[in-house]
Amino acid sequence: MKRSFLVAAAIVLSATFAQAQRFYTKNGLVSFFSSTNMENIKADNNQVLCTVNSTSGDLQFSLMNKGFHFAKALMEEHFNENYIESTKFPKSTFKGTIADISKVNFTADGTYTVSVTGDLTMHGVTKSVTVPGTVTVKSGKPTVVSKFMLKLADYGITIPGAVKKNISESIEITVNCLLDQKL
Amino acid sequence: MLLKNIFIVIISCALVNTALAQDSTDIMKMLENDLEPTTDYTTATFKTSRLINGHTVENVGKGVMDVKISHRFGKINGGGYELFGLDNATMRMGFDFGITDYLMVGVGRSTYQKTYDAFFKVKLLRQSKGKRNMPITLSYVPTIALKTLKFEDPARKNYFSSRLYYSHQLIIGRKFSEQTSLQLMPTYIHRNLVALILDPNDLLSIGIGGRQKLSKRISLNVEYYYQIPEYKLPNSTNSLSVGFDIETGGHVFQLHFTNSQGMNERSFISETTGDWSKGDIFFGFNISRVFTLGKKGK
Repeated sequence: MKRSFLVAAAIVLSATFAQAQRFYTKNGLVSFFSSTNMENIKADNNQVLCTVNSTSGDLQFSLMNKGFHFAKALMEEHFNENYIESTKFPKSTFKGTIADISKVNFTADGTYTVSVTGDLTMHGVTKSVTVPGTVTVKSGKPTVVSKFMLKLADYGITIPGAVKKNISESIEITVNCLLDQKL
Repeated sequence: MLLKNIFIVIISCALVNTALAQDSTDIMKMLENDLEPTTDYTTATFKTSRLINGHTVENVGKGVMDVKISHRFGKINGGGYELFGLDNATMRMGFDFGITDYLMVGVGRSTYQKTYDAFFKVKLLRQSKGKRNMPITLSYVPTIALKTLKFEDPARKNYFSSRLYYSHQLIIGRKFSEQTSLQLMPTYIHRNLVALILDPNDLLSIGIGGRQKLSKRISLNVEYYYQIPEYKLPNSTNSLSVGFDIETGGHVFQLHFTNSQGMNERSFISETTGDWSKGDIFFGFNISRVFTLGKKGK
């Protein structure tokens, strides 16, 4: 009897965990921006997959590198061919956790500043990063936003001398994903 | 007994926790599997729209202007007196425009025989993988050339149409790997006026060309046009060119050696007289600089 009670308790406990909501989207936005005196380079990818677990704070991103679109056709070609090498490394991913997920109330509207730590994989290199971000809840749908810098050299992306003046060594990454779907 | 029960609870919780960590990864997998299959078009089969003298399967992008300045110096066997050909140069200026991502037009003027030329290039098939599998890229390039040299014999009745030349070319290209691309170029050339009554007006040839990348930004290119013996001008030789592409941002520099002096289809394919074995080799270069005129359509 006592035993079955404990098993029941375990099941209830599991059920509580299972109640955690998993928000996701297939149309998140990730942009990057390189700024130098010579030239600004900007590209958007609005087919980013993103999921957040409202209880554990698990946060993952995945995108196809070929999904980045530029204002200039040649920039896009060079990005895929010479820098990100999207034939060799088609995907970029992030797997991490929102550290202070407990302070985000997914049922009430509001904006929460959070910190995210995890592994960013790009161009075949995985690096641990910690970046600031916000979670904004509106009508029960969270939006995750973050802006941070990363160094191309950290990911084995080299800029040849001839275009050193055109491409910044540090690139600003902007993430903006409205997680409009729920499981 | 109690211990055993506590143990069960701990195990259950542990299992749930494992399940949670797995959770997001599973969702991502599900999302990735859910994505509509897309067509992955092959890009950058060649660095620019010209291999050496002739066209590649590449187009310039929509709203992009590609300014091409090309030089061919004199014959290397001219010796030290001619500084191995550097004393003489012919040049072509060209302006290519991308109307859509699969259609481009271009115009040019060569000092060689004071020739104007114009062409368009349309991609009929694009090499791709994924939803749509296509092993090759197929392009069609018709050109027209207008030779404006003064007529050799002003005494006879000369027609404007005698100045015109046409070519039609199919280009079948494939990017075999990031480094290696090859293409075949069956070509038909029509000359309205020929020198002798026995010379053919219609000429047939087949070109083969390719590139091998030596580094991310440098490639070795080879281009050869074989003329079908019954459909070639007498005394003409087959055009063979070897060169390098060097890419730096918006520029592509092409440096090459070729036995052809002309820079439009009818002249380098059908009127080449240089012979590599005799040292009739021209050093030359093409410089391509692209300008984005309009915003690229999404």
